Amino acid sequence: MSSVERARRPGSRPGAVKAVPVRHPGRWVAIVVIGVLVAMAVNSVVTNPSWDWPFQLENAFSTPVLQGVATTLWLTVVAMLMGLVLGVILAVMRLSPNPVLTGAAWFYIWLFRGTPVYVQLIIWATIGALYKQVSLGIPFGEAFVTFDTRTLIPNVVAALLGLGLNEAAYMAEIVRAGILSVDEGQTEAASALGMSRLLTLRRIVLPQAMRVVVPPTGNETISMLKTTSLVVAVPYYELLFNAQAIGTRTFRPFPMLIMASLWYLAMTSVLMIGQYYIERHYAKGSVRTLPLTPVQRLRQRFTRSELR
Amino acid sequence: MSTEVRPPMVTAEQVEKWFGRTQVLKGIDLEVAEKEVCCIIGPSGSGKSTFLRCINHLEVVDAGRLSVAGELIGYRQRGDKLHEMREREVARQRQDIGMVFQRFNLFPHMTAMQNIMEAPVRVKGENRAVAQERAQRLLDRVGLGERADAYPSQLSGGQQQRVAIARALAMEPRLMLFDEPTSALDPELVGDVLDVMRQLAEDGMTMIVVTHEMGFAREVGDSLVFMDDGVVVEAGAPREMLAAPRHVRTKAFLSKVL
Repeated sequence: MSSVERARRPGSRPGAVKAVPVRHPGRWVAIVVIGVLVAMAVNSVVTNPSWDWPFQLENAFSTPVLQGVATTLWLTVVAMLMGLVLGVILAVMRLSPNPVLTGAAWFYIWLFRGTPVYVQLIIWATIGALYKQVSLGIPFGEAFVTFDTRTLIPNVVAALLGLGLNEAAYMAEIVRAGILSVDEGQTEAASALGMSRLLTLRRIVLPQAMRVVVPPTGNETISMLKTTSLVVAVPYYELLFNAQAIGTRTFRPFPMLIMASLWYLAMTSVLMIGQYYIERHYAKGSVRTLPLTPVQRLRQRFTRSELR
Repeated sequence: MSTEVRPPMVTAEQVEKWFGRTQVLKGIDLEVAEKEVCCIIGPSGSGKSTFLRCINHLEVVDAGRLSVAGELIGYRQRGDKLHEMREREVARQRQDIGMVFQRFNLFPHMTAMQNIMEAPVRVKGENRAVAQERAQRLLDRVGLGERADAYPSQLSGGQQQRVAIARALAMEPRLMLFDEPTSALDPELVGDVLDVMRQLAEDGMTMIVVTHEMGFAREVGDSLVFMDDGVVVEAGAPREMLAAPRHVRTKAFLSKVL
């Protein structure tokens, strides 16, 4: 008798599995405890007049606050773009066979990652005191064009330099990790086809590195959104400063801090949605079937319930 | 009509290669003629893959001379001095040498079609329509005409390897290098890949194949090389060598794999 025949005893065909599920009493306890805590928190937020919700709502869409939101957003976008572009260059330099480039990139990362971004912002704002003029010309020799530092670096540029150059140091390490995560066989296959180093990087390595690069970059973007509040050091005015200004003027600082935080939360949520779709785009080819987007999932649920 | 003497497709003279303090190639001499199919066998660690990778300069040789179609690989000789080639020149040489890897190394973020079109379009600057037409022809030829839009992760190992062969052929190479092309495949998928390679040999492609497939070596190969410990131990006609190896090391190896 073969093992298959032995296993298949006549007349005893096991049916569908109908087991008694395991009970989870711990879950019920957790529901009660957390439910009570949430109820207490909601109650205090609604009933305590110090939150001053009407005052928050009154100011949430006022001109200075909306201007602050806009400034925060575009500072974040531009600083992140600077960080990304410069970060890719630094990462490629660090991985290049040229020891001078490697050393220079290492030094940059060491310097900009090792000092507070707040200090860097102040330095860019006050660099005019250090160097009154900036000239283009022969090194150590004659100058062709000379600029006044204050006109070359107005506050907005100082804010962007401070944020963007600092971010580049972090992005460089993120991009480097992404490049290192790509299998060496990919580079070899590209070289064997006669592709140059730069073409291989652009067409083969970086697109694959993006899968690893995107999640921490989303993290960095959200972090940047909040770090922009430090540009007050320059000084340059964004959401938090404008909100606090209203709070100080009206002697109600606390509600304005909460209102600003809610704005940051709203912007973060939008960024997280964007990140989800970017991740999905770069998952192409690495998973057999792309996961459904939330919209597709909803639609699927509806069509299925219609069938029933 | 003048009978022009054409140089052999590949000539290796006393090729040596070191990895740190270990010498992996200890003076390899080998000549492969045009349209010849040369199979290299040997135990793992014998240096056969390393030698193959030297031929398209993925590994740099430390001593000896290696040339393809009479042209030194990776170096230029001026007088009695060797000059390293620029990256661009090495890339130019590699365009004529196709390579197929054990682990396929398809680009996972591109479809089969895009994998094949990439190098002709980006490296040679070929017209997209022309490249696409050739890619489709190559896919048909390896029996995957229907799978042009599939990503590598949606293909079986054997299908991936056939796409990889098509990708190498798209550059219209004069020489094809195969580095254990069937070693990473499930046994039932090996046949399809070997069939494609057999067809390629019949079409007159010059091929150097590092392999463990003795049947392929016997039936398709024009010459057989047995390498062990960084040297060529024995070389000759495949049928004779497989039937009656002369050297003890060849005998010992063949008794284990046949």
